[in-house]
Amino acid sequence: MTLLEVAGLTVRIGGRTVVDGVDLDLDTGGRLGLIGASGSGKSLTALAVIGLLPDAAEAAGSIRLDGEELLGRSDRALSRLRGDRLAMVFQEPLTALNPLMRIGRQLSEPARLHDGLSRRRAAARAVELAAMVGLPDPERVVNSWPHQLSGGQRQRVGLAMALACRPALLIADEPTTALDVTVQADMLRLIDDLVVQQGTALLFISHDLAVVSQICRDGAVLNHGRVVERGPLDAILRAPSGPYTRELLAAARATSWDATPDPDEVAT
Amino acid sequence: MTEPLLEASGLTRSYRLPRERLFGATAHRRALRGVDLRLEEGGSLGVVGESGSGKSTLVRLLLALDRPDAGEIRYRGREVRPGPPRGLVWFRREVQVVLQDPTASLDPRATVRDIVAEPLECLRVPGDHDARVDEVLTAVGLDPDAGTRYPHEFSGGQRQRIAIARALASGPKVLVGDEPLSALDVVVRAQILELLRDLADRFGLSLLLVSHDIGVVRHLCRDVLVMKDGEAVEQGPAEDVLRSPSHPYTRRLLAAVPRLPAAQET
Repeated sequence: MTLLEVAGLTVRIGGRTVVDGVDLDLDTGGRLGLIGASGSGKSLTALAVIGLLPDAAEAAGSIRLDGEELLGRSDRALSRLRGDRLAMVFQEPLTALNPLMRIGRQLSEPARLHDGLSRRRAAARAVELAAMVGLPDPERVVNSWPHQLSGGQRQRVGLAMALACRPALLIADEPTTALDVTVQADMLRLIDDLVVQQGTALLFISHDLAVVSQICRDGAVLNHGRVVERGPLDAILRAPSGPYTRELLAAARATSWDATPDPDEVAT
Repeated sequence: MTEPLLEASGLTRSYRLPRERLFGATAHRRALRGVDLRLEEGGSLGVVGESGSGKSTLVRLLLALDRPDAGEIRYRGREVRPGPPRGLVWFRREVQVVLQDPTASLDPRATVRDIVAEPLECLRVPGDHDARVDEVLTAVGLDPDAGTRYPHEFSGGQRQRIAIARALASGPKVLVGDEPLSALDVVVRAQILELLRDLADRFGLSLLLVSHDIGVVRHLCRDVLVMKDGEAVEQGPAEDVLRSPSHPYTRRLLAAVPRLPAAQET
């Protein structure tokens, strides 16, 4: 069943068209990788879906969740959906967390707001959520402050907050770009496990083809605000059809690590 | 074995951590615990590690920006001691650096020409400075006319080219790159990688590249040194280390690197 249906989405900022007629479909529990370089419009597409576009941006087209139009809804109506049906994990976990609020309160905030949990039950829920994302010593970690956690731990907190109300759709915008590779691998595995467990659909945004291809089977490539190629990632990465995808892939291969490099391609 | 160009032995450096209690003992963090490395003339060494592994401390010490607690650095056999700038002019002419973020490393109020000419003046390099600036700007693929413009008028990739031109100005033999490609988009990253490879070739530069990105190191470096918790856990020819890593940490690190599916015809 179709969960998210984006049709002809256009976003203009200061007279410039930054997202130009994007169409996307995502089924309940499905996954889609949104790939593009910086400035391709991938993050603005995500922000439009969750209704967090900057004030200066004008969006047109249609964004439907469960068949209901989101575009043009009041902020109040959207905030009832955000955190409950739709949630987002951001790239930079330090800026996404409130530095003046203990981890436990931030973790339980979505549940307090949407499910009206009491103080005590919210505190217990925070510990559960910390445990769910594999934070060490959940009972203690809920009492700590964001700056006391490592980057990977902060990103786990961000993920736990996003998944706190079991949203139907999780948008992850470059969630592992700021992390070390070993931490990134753990984080990808965690996202993979949790969205399967909760039956959450995933819109995964990244400039990194290799990362996207680890977590999504289908992808869409964005360039200058347009979808230039879409389909199974496996096929796209083996035989890209568009010139832009070919360029992107060639660049990725020229800088990526491959276990079996061409002998003549190894640095001499 | 040829004489190394740049050699470090037993580099150790601790930092004092902020006090947790007013009268408590100050804790120390050992950022580097006895690291040895050598860079041959015309060689290329990639230092790989994750955050907190000591990479940045190592770069600061190798550039004589900071003093090790123990150990020493030699350039062509001569000891490099951090100290007053005047005493290091000889070393700075020979060893230059390109940093990660060209937006932060270029003075926004200086023209490109002034930025690139600065090391020529500071290091009192003899010769026609204007001609030299034109030469290095051309070498990095920029139009010499770009010299009259300011950094903000350029894209990220072009700014990194300006930073590379500045590093090349004094005619160094060693180029140290501290994550020089990490702030760039993938297409631009591939272009700057190609530029660095080409420049190293043309000017006979030795490269010392510090990066968390193993792909970049594999494409640019003949040798690799893997760091963890301030120690060099493994070093050797990049091909051997990356193909058959011997240290468990290297294996874990390599296993974590996301791979692209193989291309259709290779």
